[in-house]
Amino acid sequence: MINLSLKELSDSLKEKKFSSVELTQFFLDRLDLYNSSINAFISFDKDKSLAMARNADAMIQEGRQNYLTGIPIAQKDIFCAEGWKTSCGSRMLDNFIAPYDATVISKFNEVGAVNLGKTNMDEFAMGSSNETSFYGNVKNPWDIKAVPGGSSGGSAAAVAGMLAPAATATDTGGSIRQPASLCGLTGLKPTYGLVSRYGMIAFASSLDQAGPMCHTAEDCAAMLNVMTGHDPKDSTSVQREKENYLKGIHDPIKGLKIGIPKEFFSEGLEPEIEKIIEQGIDEYKKLGAEIVEISLPNNHLSIPVYYVIAPAEASSNLSRYDGVRYGYRTKEYDDLMDMYCKTREEGFGNEVKRRIMIGTYVLSAGYYDAYYLKAQKIRRLISEDFKKAFEKCDVILGPSAPSVAFPIGDKKEDPLKMYMQDVYTISTNLAGLPGLSMPAGLMNNLPVGMQLIGNYFSEAKLLNIANIFQTNTDWHNLSPKGFE
Amino acid sequence: MEWEIVIGIETHAQLKTESKIFSGASTNYGGEPNAQACLVSLAYPGVLPVLNEEAVNCAIRFGLAVDAKIAEQSIFARKNYFYPDLPKGYQISQFELPVVGEGSLTIPVGDEDKSIRILRAHLEEDAGKSVHGIEEGKSGIDLNRAGTPLLEIVTEPDMSSAEEAVAYAKKLHELVQWIGICDGNMQEGNFRCDVNVSVKKKGDKKLGTRREIKNLNSFKFIKQAVDYEVNWQIERLEDGGKINQSTILFDPDSGETREMRSKEEANDYRYFPDPDLLPLVISQEKINTIKSKMYELPSQMKSRLVKEFSLSGYDADGITSNIAVANYFTELLTYKVSAKLASNWILTNLFSRLNESNLDIENCPLKASKLAKLILRIEDKTISNNAAKKVFDEIWDQDKSVDDVIEKLGLKQISNVSEIEDILNQVLKENGAMVEEYKSGKDKAFNALIGQVMKASKGKANPGQVSQLLKEKLSN
Repeated sequence: MINLSLKELSDSLKEKKFSSVELTQFFLDRLDLYNSSINAFISFDKDKSLAMARNADAMIQEGRQNYLTGIPIAQKDIFCAEGWKTSCGSRMLDNFIAPYDATVISKFNEVGAVNLGKTNMDEFAMGSSNETSFYGNVKNPWDIKAVPGGSSGGSAAAVAGMLAPAATATDTGGSIRQPASLCGLTGLKPTYGLVSRYGMIAFASSLDQAGPMCHTAEDCAAMLNVMTGHDPKDSTSVQREKENYLKGIHDPIKGLKIGIPKEFFSEGLEPEIEKIIEQGIDEYKKLGAEIVEISLPNNHLSIPVYYVIAPAEASSNLSRYDGVRYGYRTKEYDDLMDMYCKTREEGFGNEVKRRIMIGTYVLSAGYYDAYYLKAQKIRRLISEDFKKAFEKCDVILGPSAPSVAFPIGDKKEDPLKMYMQDVYTISTNLAGLPGLSMPAGLMNNLPVGMQLIGNYFSEAKLLNIANIFQTNTDWHNLSPKGFE
Repeated sequence: MEWEIVIGIETHAQLKTESKIFSGASTNYGGEPNAQACLVSLAYPGVLPVLNEEAVNCAIRFGLAVDAKIAEQSIFARKNYFYPDLPKGYQISQFELPVVGEGSLTIPVGDEDKSIRILRAHLEEDAGKSVHGIEEGKSGIDLNRAGTPLLEIVTEPDMSSAEEAVAYAKKLHELVQWIGICDGNMQEGNFRCDVNVSVKKKGDKKLGTRREIKNLNSFKFIKQAVDYEVNWQIERLEDGGKINQSTILFDPDSGETREMRSKEEANDYRYFPDPDLLPLVISQEKINTIKSKMYELPSQMKSRLVKEFSLSGYDADGITSNIAVANYFTELLTYKVSAKLASNWILTNLFSRLNESNLDIENCPLKASKLAKLILRIEDKTISNNAAKKVFDEIWDQDKSVDDVIEKLGLKQISNVSEIEDILNQVLKENGAMVEEYKSGKDKAFNALIGQVMKASKGKANPGQVSQLLKEKLSN
């Protein structure tokens, strides 16, 4: 069952080769076997999962099967799921049982998908290595001494280690694409507003976006079919007709214009990764694509801009964790201020505190114009760069991350080095564009991701382009050793 | 030394919407603590605000009523601070781009009108409240009110006395109820004023340093607080002291103000646009639709009453003092009664009776249709004005018809000349002395004679006719 695509799982369930209960039990057993070695899940609830599987079997029996009915999906612990512990990787929410379903969760529930468990993540999605989680770092199945990337490192490790057929993830600055890259998976961050943020615990509201993390583009398309749709509970959710992302997934890509941003191939990129990406470009040439050079002149500003805007929003979004109504509250305190301070001191980890402090600083009187307002202006310039680029090409191609999976602890003490992990992914969040990472090769036996960036709402095109690559290459079929 | 007082007011008017400004929770007052606190009110992880369109409509109605510009695009911003009754750790408000721009409101100052400039009005959410003393050493939080829609209405510092501040507050209070956007219930806190007070030497161009009196929820308190504060500031300055910008509270028990926090202690609210909400875009079309559904404003109605019915300005003010009175008046007119009589009856008899019974006009037991019938009986001379008062007392809260009461009490006016003449002759015969007095030039005796006739007719003689006939008789 571990090597089957979502389509194959779906067909097998339909043909009664196995039931959803059997399938779910199979993955729960793998979870028992492997989770302790990679720490991909924060929590799981076998009874709940199996009850969902029984329900899915009934749906299939009654002829109400959807593509994902009965298939166990790992859910990033950032999504509230009613009755499930939803910690967001933080001590602050260690005791928090969500009383409601995020829209993404409801959508999976509606089609009868099985919630396999909640995956580990950097605390409040702040991190690129999964080392900021209150629940300990996640290990990369390709090398358990290495990080899986972050913040959706648990989802990435779960799918890469075949503890789950597919997972949800979220991406604020690269948190889907970078771990997908480091774990040899296909991950898609959709256009901002395509997937509802309701019930997805906020990090930086203007950048957060949920998406799928799977082995293949086709699996991602099936997941995205479930996840998208206008949600009246999220004012930033776009009103547009729902698309079928599987429909044109095999369309030929002849004549496709691929833009290569020269800024993505400069200092800081591992030469071997550059070579792998160039091989990927050659593959596309062979498939009939046309390559054009483009420029994203403000890309180098995306990290500084991001580290003003995202912490600013986070400092405000995380104010609600005050120990008053839910979540962690310090044991002993003298008065209200003491309770606030101790609760937040003890409840948040260092990276979260660092970002709250940065965010508070850039929004404060006298600094707002110089930091926040300036950053917003540059954000617009970055969007303009993409707009100009898409006049010349249909899609932009480059690396997903500057390196492969790095050793645990390697960058933990150097936040600036860590932040560089997102140098190729952040600009798309700032512009609100969709981006996809897929495996394109191996360096030192570790996966290398290749990124595709599309214009607004071009997810179908991106998935199609990625799928054609995957139909002609084998990188997505590689799996780490020791998890068979 | 002579001092000038400068006052500006920020009013929080709670908008009359069914549900909260960013969630579907009810806005009812007085529920069990936290019974109206949904996940959004409680600021659970992951929840998001969705703007209640009805609150926007209220803001537009207000903007139109004060002749202000409605912003084509306005922005919701987060005002960040920690407090237990502020569950998100920030309040969603509007900062740089408010929904309502500059406008004005005219207030009466003595016999004159004065225009108070409105600087802006913006939408925001209310906080919850802390409840103390339920459990020893602990405070409770009630979030029923958290997220209730407010319109914060800010004036320029255009008022120059406690009286003007009260006149403005009253006029605004009347207006927001008139246009149906606020219940105006001040006890429940749904209309509260923050009053900024400063003083300066007469003739000085530069404004003095202001102190802001927070949360005044009665007109009486506004008057008391401003009076106290003005004296306090003047005394301090005259003693060579300085005023520090600060936020102060008024204690109704002592009648004094005291400092809550100084400017230095003030929060840095770190306002920034709320990324969870899109800019609020309002089309001219929407404004036009709302405009077309709005009633005449009190100021417009007042001018009309003066012009069309020759009511005095004072009476017209009384009739337009609130929408319920105006509606009662308008309903009376539909029965074709004279506007002057209608206005007199409302402002005197009806008001004093309502006052005695401690009732609002909304709960008036006497329906307009019935009062109209009574007024018509005065107009067709069936009864005198005095007799009408007796009828009024009978029909006030009882199920009796006007005509039955007139009949039963025998109040029908005598307008038959020969009948009046008979009474008149009798009175003249019995009061020869008075007649002599009148003839010797004492005009007072004339009224005394009329009084006698009215008495003899048990008040039923038509006084006008009596006067005319008497004049004729005495000149013979």
